[in-house]
Amino acid sequence: MSAPDLSLESNLHNLERALDARPSLQRSPLEARALKSGVLTGLTWVAALIAAVPLFSVIYMLFVEGGSRLSWETLTALPPSAFDLGGGFGNAIVGTIVMVGIATLISLPLGILAAVYLAILEPDSRLAHTVRFLAKVLTGFPSILAGVFVYAVMVVTMKTYSALAGGVALAVLMLPTVILAAEQAMAMVPKKMKDAAYGMGCTRTQVILKVVLPTGASGILTGVMLAIAGAAGNSAPLLFTALFSDYYLSSLTEPTASLAILIFNFSGMPYDNQIQLAWAASLVLVLIVLVFNILARLIGRQKY
Amino acid sequence: MVSRPFENLVQSGSVSGPPSGGDYALDRGFRYLAWASAALILALVAYIVIEIGSKALPAIAQYGLGFLTSSEWNVQTGQFGILPQIWGTLYSSLLALLLGGLFGIGIGIFLTQDFLPPRLAATFRTIIELLAAIPSVVFGLWGIYVLIPLLRPVANWLHEVAGGIPFFSTSLSGPGLAPAALVLAIMILPTVASISVDALRQIPYKVKEAAYGMGTTRWEAILKVMLPTASSGILAALVLGFGRALGETMALAMLIGNSNQISLSLFAPANTLAALLASSFPEAGPVEIQALMYAALALLTITLIVNAVGLAVMKLATRKFEVER
Repeated sequence: MSAPDLSLESNLHNLERALDARPSLQRSPLEARALKSGVLTGLTWVAALIAAVPLFSVIYMLFVEGGSRLSWETLTALPPSAFDLGGGFGNAIVGTIVMVGIATLISLPLGILAAVYLAILEPDSRLAHTVRFLAKVLTGFPSILAGVFVYAVMVVTMKTYSALAGGVALAVLMLPTVILAAEQAMAMVPKKMKDAAYGMGCTRTQVILKVVLPTGASGILTGVMLAIAGAAGNSAPLLFTALFSDYYLSSLTEPTASLAILIFNFSGMPYDNQIQLAWAASLVLVLIVLVFNILARLIGRQKY
Repeated sequence: MVSRPFENLVQSGSVSGPPSGGDYALDRGFRYLAWASAALILALVAYIVIEIGSKALPAIAQYGLGFLTSSEWNVQTGQFGILPQIWGTLYSSLLALLLGGLFGIGIGIFLTQDFLPPRLAATFRTIIELLAAIPSVVFGLWGIYVLIPLLRPVANWLHEVAGGIPFFSTSLSGPGLAPAALVLAIMILPTVASISVDALRQIPYKVKEAAYGMGTTRWEAILKVMLPTASSGILAALVLGFGRALGETMALAMLIGNSNQISLSLFAPANTLAALLASSFPEAGPVEIQALMYAALALLTITLIVNAVGLAVMKLATRKFEVER
């Protein structure tokens, strides 16, 4: 028994000596390249932390400056005139909701139908490729140009700024988001499910309405929620389509207030009251946007 | 096509039936509707370009290309030119890209190269995505009441110490290029970060393992293997971020100062195409509207080109990996 042990020990000894002769595999932390790596790692951490600062600073300011002013009065009252105290932005909340609602009503059916064409009916046709490309280009489309376009098409012909025009401008911006999200959600529906439905003798419409849309619903809804969140916070296209109004809206064809435009108008005013209201309106706007964002995340998480 | 392929089935008395004539009609109708909706997008984009183009036509005829190189914007004399706005748009967007791009790619690396445990990385990604959810006007408000007061002493100190350098040749009195570009950088950071994260994630894990196996440090692997491999995706991230910066409106209209001058100074007020549209459009008369339409057309052209280039680069990047796999 002792002989093999001995040989093993001597073998180990030889191995150790051989290892000693080779350069160490352990990297010294003081070596130049290790140091460089460490420094860069540190810088990346710093950069990541710095990048998170603005978000927290914005949220802090919203709650401190806006939260203190938030009350039932600010949520329901009409905007104050220059030297008035008090007041609120109830009409702007209503206006924002109405215009985002109009935009959703327009962009949702159109976007989903277009996505059906892209994802199910003719995914490889030339029209589908063009539309897909254009939808992607439109997601980077400056929102103010949607306003310019709708101004030229609707405001000039109707001769008035209106909630309708604002809604259409927002719809132009929501459309590509809805299309791309819905297409992706529908493309993820397993082919087996569609084949099974076809095998039962379903027409394509039946397959789409009864299998693809219900299965892809959560993905589509996620996209819709994100589109709504984006539209609610968007103000540039409303500047000269909906304009602003100091009163609650009574018809869809008159100038309409919105939270974003109220913030824009009040931010430049030299009165403390208006500036406080701008912060409070920002808080409300951010909360609305965040609610839809969180909804999107929750719906999206459920299935996948 | 056979007109009634399921006739036998109908006569067999089975519970299940073939699609009825109504089903066929519905099917055809629905498909046409879907086709029409898709075609509508095409029509919409064409309509946007044609509408803005045709409204700009009188101004194009009147001012010609001199519009792009003149720096006068005077409603009284009817002289219009957008050189300062083009300069301001490009300058502010480039500054934002420099900063937002650097941080955005840094965060892309931070989130994909095992700096954080997966769950923390997901949380951090959410934080960055929430940054994208903050509306532009809110950033504008924050810029006016937080960023500018914070920046002013630093800017004025830089102006006193290093006023000889053209970048610091003026002092910051309020709105100006620096706060505008900073906010712009914050706003494009999520775009750049999320596209670079996607690009870096596309790299097969074995590529990284191979680099580590060769004995590289983490950063040698990142700088010499990961970033070059993901380079086209990251380029796409930068181009699309740039496109976003070019068209950003409200925060800039609130922060840049709306002054039609061309200056290298970071602290001087400036103007951008989008901010010009936002501030002048609501009160413009018919002649100025034509000029503004021309400016809108210029902005449309610039952003469409930048975005199309970005998407083409991104497509190239994705295709590269499809071939390699």
